[in-house]
Amino acid sequence: MSHAQGEAPLIHMEGVEKWYGAFQALTNINLSVRRGEKIVLCGPSGSGKSTLIRCINHLEGYQKGRIVVDGTVLSNSMKAIDAVRSEVGMVFQSFNLFPHLTILQNCTLAPMRVRKADRATAEATARRYLDRVRILDQADKYPAQLSGGQQQRVAIARALCMEPKVMLFDEPTSALDPEMVKEVLDTMVGLAADGMTMICVTHEMGFARQVADRVIFMAKGEIIEEAAPETFFSAPQHQRTREFLGQILQGH
Amino acid sequence: MGPTLDFSVVFDAMPLLLWGCLGTLGLAVAGIALALVIGVLGVVTRGSAMAPVRIATIAFIEIIRNTPFLVQIFFLFFALPGLGLKLNPTVTAIIALGVNGGAYAIEIIRGGVQSIPRGQTEAGLALGLHPAQVFRLIILKPALRAIYPALTGQFIMLTLTSSICSSVAAYELTSVAQRIESDTFRSFEVYFTITGLYLAMSWLLMSGFALISRRNFSYPTR
Ligand SMILES: Nc1ncnc2c1ncn2[C@@H]1O[C@H](COP(=O)(O)OP(=O)(O)OP(=O)(O)O)[C@@H](O)[C@H]1O
Ligand SMILES: [Mg+2]
Repeated sequence: MSHAQGEAPLIHMEGVEKWYGAFQALTNINLSVRRGEKIVLCGPSGSGKSTLIRCINHLEGYQKGRIVVDGTVLSNSMKAIDAVRSEVGMVFQSFNLFPHLTILQNCTLAPMRVRKADRATAEATARRYLDRVRILDQADKYPAQLSGGQQQRVAIARALCMEPKVMLFDEPTSALDPEMVKEVLDTMVGLAADGMTMICVTHEMGFARQVADRVIFMAKGEIIEEAAPETFFSAPQHQRTREFLGQILQGH
Repeated sequence: MGPTLDFSVVFDAMPLLLWGCLGTLGLAVAGIALALVIGVLGVVTRGSAMAPVRIATIAFIEIIRNTPFLVQIFFLFFALPGLGLKLNPTVTAIIALGVNGGAYAIEIIRGGVQSIPRGQTEAGLALGLHPAQVFRLIILKPALRAIYPALTGQFIMLTLTSSICSSVAAYELTSVAQRIESDTFRSFEVYFTITGLYLAMSWLLMSGFALISRRNFSYPTR
């Protein structure tokens, strides 16, 4: 990566391998993500996309290789895991808002408990990000009172309240009704425009074309191909990629 | 000529009976508090990564749930002094009720915790919270809500079981009633009356539980 010279990558994965028992879920993963870079990760179901990004904040451990996040070597030590998790935000397919807390409380919980922010500061930050995802008027409601699209935007705001250096998205629009996909994608496009480093597992190829610096294709736990979106979509190198793109783009 | 009923003895003894009710409610509330603490801590130790802790918890649950309450309270009251630990009847009763109720509460609350989707824990961890914080701040309340009817049913059970504490002369309604009955020989009137009093106390506790539920568990779910 010529333009990354002199600057250490924000995320660096080197020869990462992961097994679930006897099943190898990740094989020799090598991936570097620069500050501000946007990566879209795609591939067939079961190819290890979720597993890969969940290794980055140690929701899953790995058995071989090395992961470095913002200078911290991710080991099994609680200290390293804490350091990494406080820099890495994550958005899930199923939103995972806390049902017993209001939208505002969802957003202030971690800043107050992890960052030890006082309530006033945490609430001010929360309101700022809720406003940014255009949902500030719902701050005192509970998650169940919001639509799926609104819940996912809250989940994004909640992650942003920790002021992470990188955001991981695991199929953030897959659980949404079609009419709500756009509002979430728009939020993510806005985030990308503001310079956030992002790794997105998604099959929204329009989004990939619009914001990705690189598209990475995985199959059977391996990175098969990676390229800038123009190249990736117009001239995929591998047969598996072509088959996958054929299937994905058919539905569009 | 059939037996005549004379409730006047009961009316005369009503202040004593009401004090007895207070004794019962005291044992019940203290026992429930202890059972709740044991129940929540037990869920943590029951799921501990350390095998001895986990096994000790399972052993505790099995022993308590498969032996009679009367034997448990006799053990505390009559057997422990042999080991140099002498407890007064009230403290014995509270510990017996709390420990017994706690063993059942562990299994009930554990069911609630297991009903919470894994994604809740993952979201908490991803935000940087520690596992203990995730349990306390994210999992516990929805878990308690999920099993609240079963748990409060168990606590009503605990309250009624407190009558067995009369066997170690703890101060509660049944022991008061026994004393009045042996003074007056009015068995029917006395036990008929405390049946009604137990029913009233159960209702009182149930309205208390309903109030706690409205205060804490009324957040909307889909
Ligand atoms: N906890 C687990 N235990 C055992 N196997 C697992 C576990 N989690 C995932 N796997 C397996 O690892 C492989 C990769 O799973 P992963 O969820 O990362 O795939 P994915 O690419 O995200 O798929 P999808 O598009 O369906 O979300 C799959 O074969 C899956 O069955
Ligand atoms: Mg996945």
